[in-house]
Amino acid sequence: MAQQKEIETSGLLGWIDQRFPLTSTWKAHLSEYYAPKNFNFWYFFGSLAMLVLVIQIVTGIFLVMHYKPDASLNDAGIPVAFASIEYIMRDVPWGWLVRYLHSTGASAFFVVVYLHMFRGLIYGSYRKPRELVWIFGCLIFLCLMAEAFFGYLLPWGQMSFWGAQVIVNLFAAIPFIGPELSVWIRGDYVVGDATLNRFFAFHVIAIPLVLLGLVAAHIVALHEVGSNNPDGVDIKAQKDATGKPVDGIPFHPYYTVHDILGVSVFLIAFSAIVFFAPEFGGYFLEYNNFIPADPLKTPPHIAPVWYFTPYYSVLRAVTDDFLLYWMTPFLIAFALLVLVTGRSGLIKLITVLAVGALVIGFLLIEAKFWGVVGMGAAVMILFALPWIDNSPVRSIRYRPGWHKWVYGAFVVVFVVLGYLGVKPPEPMLNLMAQIGTLLYFAFFMLMPWWSAMGSFKPVPHRVTFAAH
Amino acid sequence: MSKFLSRAFALVAACLVGTASAAESSFPLDRFPTAKLSDQAALQNGAKLFVNYCLNCHGASAMRYNRLRDIGLTDEQIKRHLMFTGDKVGEPMKVTLRAADAKEWFGALPPDLSLIARARSSHAGSGSDWLYTYLRAYYRDADRPSGWNNALFENVGMPHVLWELQGQRGLRIEDVHRHKDDKTGQATLVKTVINYGSDGRRTQADEKIIDGVPPAGKTYRFTPAEGGALTPMRYDSEMADLVAFITYVSDPTAATRTRLGVWVLLFLSVFTVFAWNLNRVFWKDIK
Repeated sequence: MAQQKEIETSGLLGWIDQRFPLTSTWKAHLSEYYAPKNFNFWYFFGSLAMLVLVIQIVTGIFLVMHYKPDASLNDAGIPVAFASIEYIMRDVPWGWLVRYLHSTGASAFFVVVYLHMFRGLIYGSYRKPRELVWIFGCLIFLCLMAEAFFGYLLPWGQMSFWGAQVIVNLFAAIPFIGPELSVWIRGDYVVGDATLNRFFAFHVIAIPLVLLGLVAAHIVALHEVGSNNPDGVDIKAQKDATGKPVDGIPFHPYYTVHDILGVSVFLIAFSAIVFFAPEFGGYFLEYNNFIPADPLKTPPHIAPVWYFTPYYSVLRAVTDDFLLYWMTPFLIAFALLVLVTGRSGLIKLITVLAVGALVIGFLLIEAKFWGVVGMGAAVMILFALPWIDNSPVRSIRYRPGWHKWVYGAFVVVFVVLGYLGVKPPEPMLNLMAQIGTLLYFAFFMLMPWWSAMGSFKPVPHRVTFAAH
Repeated sequence: MSKFLSRAFALVAACLVGTASAAESSFPLDRFPTAKLSDQAALQNGAKLFVNYCLNCHGASAMRYNRLRDIGLTDEQIKRHLMFTGDKVGEPMKVTLRAADAKEWFGALPPDLSLIARARSSHAGSGSDWLYTYLRAYYRDADRPSGWNNALFENVGMPHVLWELQGQRGLRIEDVHRHKDDKTGQATLVKTVINYGSDGRRTQADEKIIDGVPPAGKTYRFTPAEGGALTPMRYDSEMADLVAFITYVSDPTAATRTRLGVWVLLFLSVFTVFAWNLNRVFWKDIK
């Protein structure tokens, strides 16, 4: 007879706890997970992202029951996939609601995730020991972008089709393997039925599986090291006699009731859009996407959905002149800065080699390829944050006043790039996008220097908190 | 620096030439009277016009006939007044026109109208505004195969199928633009006047403007319609009814959606009060 586990519960719960860590898991992650008591407005967006994920999965299941990933034409001459969306909108009971929840949910996901990431940025939530929390988060963001991209093809409207065509064609810019690679991704020479079917598979099973795994890892990693807070103070440094952090409170019930309030306010805004403006002025559902995909008719203006537009702007900003007159001097100046101020010989060597390789690459390979690289780098550079921030404090509250202006400028640059991404290209706007692109990269690449500059304020031992 | 900037501009401009759109017309959009959307008589009249004038060439394949119960019609009324073939009342609004024939006759396949009011929306105005303007922007143009052209949708394949209601109109287009003389290199303002008579004959005249009025773009003026069955005001009203119906067809759940939305927001507002208090009561203890 195996030895009985030591447990505190009895009855049915006791029976379960003998066999499964139910009570202990509940305690570890909710009722005895001690979170700092000074969370503010910015801390709503993690739980809201979780809510939107659930909305997307549940509505997605019902959409899959009626959606048909089929690019062939029905007897009225409409692509079956496009017609099946309208079937959901008109003939499936409550189908319109499910579909609008899903389409609005996609945009809402990016709204809350961008705000969640911004919170991490200003309070230094990625700093040691939370590097893995941040990295899992960045991977979630990548998955989210892939999920949104694959999902956007499914309604098989004009924007779906041409958006996918433009993005898959970007891979053709990769030297040597590009053209074959883009055919391999599409499964055809143009976006077609094969593309639609594989994007459907990625959207409904492959990416969501990875996404769920990453979300679990994100939360497990967070609960291992504990939550950061707006003061950036380590609450585990101050514990009471029983070993609980004095500034920590159990996540449940305190933050569950807190988040219920957040959810409720969020749902008001979300429902207002779902019920009164599901197209959201052409930004959540693009007008052109109400026209069935037509491979023979290119729309005059192809713009991605709003949440991709900052990166799309970076892509469009990279021209031969931009590489030659803007990026090359910037990279050489960057390399000199590393050579002069750097302490590690290895880092100096790597920087010089990398900058040299890039500049030679600018001359040899067409700008379109570097646009793709720039777009990718704009996302991938987020991964580096834990190691490029040299500020002695975590939170913006104790940084020099002018750091707030730097972050403010970064937000402005990101929003302006987003705005430029929805506009048709014009010389003046393209120049703005080029300046914006340079500033975007300068923010991150120069962070090792500027983040350590200025006079920092003393960080208190305890969090600042005013009782409600 | 300025040399570099001008080079950057030239490069970007060169890229742009290929993608510049010719589809946008400078014809201003009129505002569709949105009150028609909640006017059941207007919607029913629009349905009558739709099946008589549009449904011969355009389908609305996502729309079932019996859905028209939404606008206050019974299955019996739908069958008797709106269905001309032996279809069942649950069938979608399809056309019998063959795609190959349509392409030959009009140069393009007439688009399905199920979603046209949403597809024609833009930041310049709603899809209803576009349709309302489009249906009232036809003029005679003898150079077009059908004898008709449209000021909003230039060189459209569709003839003016409602001409018997509106009558025939000509159009006067005044275009004030800068003209650069090839020899002297001097820029002058030129007013080009294009006239389409009510028989569709086109005449064009350029006149130089001496005093410096800045380019105003194009202005359009239709000549009074001749020989229509309806007065201009009645025609506008009928077109508003038709557009109201097409708008309804593009999003038939819109009315249900907004009605339900009010209750959802009311519920959530009350729920927020409870959530607020729940949060307050719990957090009272945290010092």
